[in-house]
Amino acid sequence: MDKPPGKVVFRGGGFAPVTRRWVGFLVFALLLSGIEWGTRTGAISPLTLPRPSDVLQTFAELYSSGLLFQHLLPSLSRLAVGAALGATLGIGVGLFIGLFSFIRAGLVPLVAAIFPIPKIALLPLFVIWFGIDEGSKYALIAFGTFTPTVVATYAAVDNVDRTLIRMGQSFGLSWLSIVRKIVLPGAMPGILAGLRISLAIAIILLVAAEMLGAEYGIGAYILEAGALYDLERLFAGVVILSVLGVLVSAAISAIERRVLNWRT
Amino acid sequence: MELRLRGLGHSYGDREVLRGIDLDVPKGQIVCIVGPSGCGKSTLLRMMGGLERPDRGDVLQVGEVPQGCLNPLTYIFQDFALLPWRSVAGNVSLVLEDHPLAKADAQAMIADVLNRTRLTEFADALPRQLSGGMNQRVDIARALVVNPAVMLMDEPLSSLDSLTRELLMDDLVGLWTRAPFTAVYVTHNLAEAVRLGHRIVVLSRRPGEIREVVELDKSLDARGYGDADLETQQKYLWEVMRAEAVAADAELVSG
Repeated sequence: MDKPPGKVVFRGGGFAPVTRRWVGFLVFALLLSGIEWGTRTGAISPLTLPRPSDVLQTFAELYSSGLLFQHLLPSLSRLAVGAALGATLGIGVGLFIGLFSFIRAGLVPLVAAIFPIPKIALLPLFVIWFGIDEGSKYALIAFGTFTPTVVATYAAVDNVDRTLIRMGQSFGLSWLSIVRKIVLPGAMPGILAGLRISLAIAIILLVAAEMLGAEYGIGAYILEAGALYDLERLFAGVVILSVLGVLVSAAISAIERRVLNWRT
Repeated sequence: MELRLRGLGHSYGDREVLRGIDLDVPKGQIVCIVGPSGCGKSTLLRMMGGLERPDRGDVLQVGEVPQGCLNPLTYIFQDFALLPWRSVAGNVSLVLEDHPLAKADAQAMIADVLNRTRLTEFADALPRQLSGGMNQRVDIARALVVNPAVMLMDEPLSSLDSLTRELLMDDLVGLWTRAPFTAVYVTHNLAEAVRLGHRIVVLSRRPGEIREVVELDKSLDARGYGDADLETQQKYLWEVMRAEAVAADAELVSG
């Protein structure tokens, strides 16, 4: 007897990212309520983790006392100045490395040598060079964002479609036009992806920069709380940094949507 | 203006790809270059437009560049080479921006070529929103806007499906009939060659040498799909090429 006809089984699903906004929030909510429950019932001792509601309360006090902005504003300006300096220089140097063989041969080994240095180790040096004030903090953040931006930029320039450049040459476009209208927009996706990483590094270095001679700043606030083992304040500071990271990442996504709307 | 190739030869390392090519591209004619894969036909085309330097021989430009010509030797690419971040009109405008043209003149030129390639209503679309055939028409529009003296077409229809290919061949014939242009058309498709070529040059396998030159007298607009004369010509060309193609194929397999 023949086998009865069976439906062909669908096996083509998955491996295609779909936007699911609420899952991210759900993970956060589950994790926080789990910790809250654990600390309230005593399953997690208060020495291990602070209670999320206490952290929230500390944060509310920080806000109502006006100290929040006293710490946040200097940090934000350090981050903005340092990261802007580092990223601008990084994109510039990366472009030059991508465009000129001589500069590439000279600078790529140098960048490779600088990249793995923990920039925090150089803080004393920066203090001597740029003073204990804002100068050394800007320099540290700028230096930290510079190297990954350089590497991302020249890799992005290398990845620009050569046939587009040949096309530009075949129509007699000037060198500057080719760079401005073909190389730069073509490298933009890679540059922005690099900035995402560089700016996260900038936030990490912000705390390091505020270890020395900073009265106010999120980093100074966290370090002070850490020295006193005041876990609630420590976590309040850490949460601010996390939120800062999420905001920076969202800002870059917004720029990508605007500038790279030609991509699918 | 005409192109004249004299004793052109080229090698990549110790692998000779082209040998002793002598060829004239007369004004107002389409010269098709056919040959098996790897015979150096694309290299030949890149040399004609100055994108590659030949090891031996010369590419000569004979006669005056016609007036109003902004880029005498202009390519049409197999993969279209359109900037994905620019609209259709933007891609055409790109090649005018380095020339001192009044804005209104440039606009008029762009509008004219978009009209000739029937792209007017897609002027603001991005390349990714258009089909392959449409993208190739943008590529053609971009070439037409600079009033080229010689068009260098590198397998312009090879990445399109066969239906679109027929449509675009009709388009090219229409464009040529209205305003005859000079062109070198590289292809491995014999049907395209007998449909569009006034002169068909058959290259041998590597190192590429001219095996045969076939002249077709029938006017372009009289040639149609499935034309019996063309079938005969195509069959003849296939016989000439068959042995070369087989040998070239075997060569690739053996390394």
